[in-house]
Amino acid sequence: MQNKPKIAFFDFAGCEGDQLQVANLEESLLDLLGHVEVVSFREVMTGHSEDYDIAFVEGSITRPEDEARLKEIRSHAKILVAFGACATIGGVNAMKNFMSETMYRRQVYGDNARCYSTYAARPLSAVVKVDAEIHGCPIDRNEFMRIVKDLLVGKRPFVPDYPVCAECKQAGNICRYDLGQLCLGMITRAGCGACCITEGAHCWGCRGLAPMANLDAARYVMEERAGYSRTEVQDLLRIFLSHTTAPL
Amino acid sequence: MSAKKVTGNAGGKAGKKSSGGSAAPAQDTKASGKPASGVAAEAAMQRGGSAGPKPMKAAGSGAPVSSCACTDPGIAAEAAAGDGSKRIHVHHVTRVEGHGNIVVVIGADNAVETVRWEVPEAPRFFEAILQGRSYKDVHQIVSRICGICSIGHQLSSLQATEDAMNIRISEQTVTLRKLAIHAENLQSHLLHLAYLVLPDLMGVNSVIPLAETHKSELVGLIGLRRLANEFSRTICGRTTHPQRMVPGGFTKLPDESELQVLLQSFRDSLPGFLKAADLFASLRHKLPDFSRETEYIGLVSPSEYALYRGEVGSTDDSRKPASFYKDVTQEYCVPQSTAKWTKNMRGSFMVGALSRYKLNHTHLKPTAKKVAETVGLTPDTVNPFHNNLAQLVECVHSVEDSMELIHWLLVEGVKREKAPVIRPRAGRGVGAVEVPRGILFHSYEYDSKGRIVEADCVIPTNMNHANIQKDLEGLVPVIAHTSEAEIELLTSMLVRAYDPCISCSTHCIDITPGQMSKPDRGVRFVYKGR
Ligand code: SF4
Ligand code: SF4
Ligand code: SF4
Repeated sequence: MQNKPKIAFFDFAGCEGDQLQVANLEESLLDLLGHVEVVSFREVMTGHSEDYDIAFVEGSITRPEDEARLKEIRSHAKILVAFGACATIGGVNAMKNFMSETMYRRQVYGDNARCYSTYAARPLSAVVKVDAEIHGCPIDRNEFMRIVKDLLVGKRPFVPDYPVCAECKQAGNICRYDLGQLCLGMITRAGCGACCITEGAHCWGCRGLAPMANLDAARYVMEERAGYSRTEVQDLLRIFLSHTTAPL
Repeated sequence: MSAKKVTGNAGGKAGKKSSGGSAAPAQDTKASGKPASGVAAEAAMQRGGSAGPKPMKAAGSGAPVSSCACTDPGIAAEAAAGDGSKRIHVHHVTRVEGHGNIVVVIGADNAVETVRWEVPEAPRFFEAILQGRSYKDVHQIVSRICGICSIGHQLSSLQATEDAMNIRISEQTVTLRKLAIHAENLQSHLLHLAYLVLPDLMGVNSVIPLAETHKSELVGLIGLRRLANEFSRTICGRTTHPQRMVPGGFTKLPDESELQVLLQSFRDSLPGFLKAADLFASLRHKLPDFSRETEYIGLVSPSEYALYRGEVGSTDDSRKPASFYKDVTQEYCVPQSTAKWTKNMRGSFMVGALSRYKLNHTHLKPTAKKVAETVGLTPDTVNPFHNNLAQLVECVHSVEDSMELIHWLLVEGVKREKAPVIRPRAGRGVGAVEVPRGILFHSYEYDSKGRIVEADCVIPTNMNHANIQKDLEGLVPVIAHTSEAEIELLTSMLVRAYDPCISCSTHCIDITPGQMSKPDRGVRFVYKGR
């Protein structure tokens, strides 16, 4: 039992789907627990300690008071891992960043609009230094295990820097464009095995922009070649990529 | 409010003496203006011998607030209590999804001063971000409201969209969707029972130590849960935020060999469920013996244990179609909560497994009925802690019903179907499904291009908040004489019994001023121009 690395889980604005993926590891979770000591995981355990080595943080920062709490977490953690699209790229929460704050407050809380604090949603990296990222909405359980193992042995985890299209080809899917549908696979970071396309859907871009994604080319394909309107393309880009450098 | 008599509780039952002050039963708080101070007296707990409840500062008065001071009042708001007092502040209740706090202050001679259930979760504004979104993406976006109920949110959303655009779905799609609901219920109930409730019953603080002390029981439950995940993946594509469901049908279908495998695993799993039933039966006495009668609401259907479709039923009220959901869930704001509260015939109501069981138990499959007997669950129970037992019964029902549904699919053959032609049109639609924590409504208004003009999502945990507050008000006076640790444990267990998923309950819509006192009668949904 001596000197097991201590890990802790925290969440901000999100759906807790990523922590659920950790719980979904089922039997492998028990294996993992043989190698680490979980000191804080509010969703599954009572008790909390501020002594931890690795902090896994889910959700995006949407209120001033969240920043203080995140900085506090940062100050205790040796390694801070952002996990899930909300934490890495702002996720669906950032969709509201395109709207007027007055409007979305009033829309949801009416007369009490000013009672609840909120501001534009942002990823963790906009507030503190993030050491590693686990992408996806939700994260992939196997990738989570791989990255945790890397971190435990002190290795920098590998995250693919090529687009989903590469994995989509490997999976043997017919390109959505050949079926007359939109898809963001060409600008999105791989690592999910193109699972959504394989399941009959298209890529929504939940893993964020691939480094060096050629957005001009993507726009050319989507608008000029495939003939989608600016609005349709924007609809798709604004689900997950709202807080990126993509020209939306 | 109707003249329907709202009687106190189980106070008269089993020769229990309800301690003084019960003259004021659960009042309609709107009418009384004052918090129902008699609520405390409603508590009837066999432990008995507690100090008579004093009127307390019940924060959940239900009176609509026009201005509120802050989001998270916190313990600082309470003046320092005198000597001999107890104060319990459970900051972010653990083993529930999302952030909720319990604040209890008990003065000298065990007089209860404050009991408050707070929700300080960061609001995420889903109804607002849906505005202007295309009907093609809506169900994927709302899926992100909750990781645990992502399938349910998608289904309720798809129903609302299909209702608004008059899209008919095939019998096969209905069957697959019913399977999807069962998969989610199984996943969520087993997670809750094994990882969140079991530790309380075993007297430990998380599931982790059980891996050593109760390995075989735990591995059994984890195995069942893995099956539930596999079930969900086979039907929907992914366990969380699935990709296959779209308005009108599925983009990919499970193949028959996968369904055969699933069917066989379900058959093999039944002994495991019976073992789990024995386990919970042996731990049943650890569930506090606390009763408080309330209104129970859930989907009902004459033909089945309603989960995917049905009418909104209630123990106190007449049945209504889902389009009248605003009548049933009169939402209001309270200062201590970023989530809205609801009420129907009384000051609060309960939704979830226990409500469904109470309303639909006659439609349970045979083994599920047997399990209900094993764990000692009866339809007349008014103990909120029994929600956990009802969850186990539902798990078994879901397995049995899924076997029948899969059998039907295999007999009919899984067919590739042509996607229905969808012509976007302006209109409104409402969807209602039973998700693990209770009934879930989505209601959308679309413009002629198929983009959302207004969206409203009323989420089960939201409906339960007021009831949690009232249960706490009932529970605390009867346990006021016990230690702070005991009070903290029992109040946390009570909250956990509801299996709240707070993160999704925090975004609810549009409470146009005045609406709280004069609820929208819902008629505008009736003339949809079908
Ligand atoms: S990234 Fe997706 S799964 Fe994770 S918290 Fe955000 S919405 Fe949920
Ligand atoms: S665009 Fe999409 S469907 Fe086409 S290859 Fe890339 S990932 Fe696959
Ligand atoms: S295919 Fe796209 S949307 Fe789906 S998981 Fe991969 S990156 Fe995310």
